[in-house]
Amino acid sequence: MEFNIHSIVFLIFSVITLGGGLGTVTSRNLIHGAVYLIVSLFGVAGLFILLSAPFLAAIQVLVYIGAIAILIIFAVMLTRSMTRMTEIYNRQWSLSLVVSALLFVLLLVGIILPVWGPGTANAALQPSELVATTVDLGVAFVDGNQFVLPFEVASLLLTAAMIGAIVIARDRD
Amino acid sequence: MPTFDEFAPIGALLILSVVMVALITIISRLFGPYRPSLRKTAPYESGMKPIGPAVRRFPVRFYLIAVLFILFDIEVVFMLPWAVVFRQLGLFALIEMVIFIAILLVGYFYAWRKGALEWE
Repeated sequence: MEFNIHSIVFLIFSVITLGGGLGTVTSRNLIHGAVYLIVSLFGVAGLFILLSAPFLAAIQVLVYIGAIAILIIFAVMLTRSMTRMTEIYNRQWSLSLVVSALLFVLLLVGIILPVWGPGTANAALQPSELVATTVDLGVAFVDGNQFVLPFEVASLLLTAAMIGAIVIARDRD
Repeated sequence: MPTFDEFAPIGALLILSVVMVALITIISRLFGPYRPSLRKTAPYESGMKPIGPAVRRFPVRFYLIAVLFILFDIEVVFMLPWAVVFRQLGLFALIEMVIFIAILLVGYFYAWRKGALEWE
């Protein structure tokens, strides 16, 4: 592997992402964990830049850091005894260990197969040649051969999430 | 990588801001007097006295508002790439976006009817 400016920047953002993730899972104070999560999400935004996906990077900052991190902080403030946790509060750690191990294997397979596995049709293409700009993304959303159905299903998903949130969070109807 | 080069100024800004903040913090810690008192370390030094801990449970209503905000936020995220190109795409793209918004309007009217948009 050649050692240039890209690999240095990749290293920096990887350290930010992994360090933030490590801080998230190890901090006892949930608010501190949420702030570490913001750091980690910012690192992911940097990795999106390296992958030539500027739109995703902007969305990462706007939606994940700007909205979802706020939602998580709200959720922390809704819970009881958020800062007085002195020991790890998890009664089902063996089950969660199995689930996270399975998830890790699934992600690993999901990364290895498309990149190095058989039948990689787009392997020679740079990622930026598939969907290079926001214009390409907009075309891909409405092109009948590309992402029309996922686009419309996304709006259905958003509606379902909205109704679900209202049903759960309303104290009466 | 063109994207990488386009974002070089933002990278420079990031590095500069980190260096500046570190430098200012170190300089003020090195050369400034550090004598904390009860009044100085209060959350608002010259404001109101805190009447209780800020660490308390918040009503679940805040959560509902935050979720609705995120959902409308993501809605706009999907509209943005479409809005960049809709002039070149013609009628088909317009119909698609009308369907997209129509499905979302169902959720919007549900939130409206249930009073989730009101604070009370």
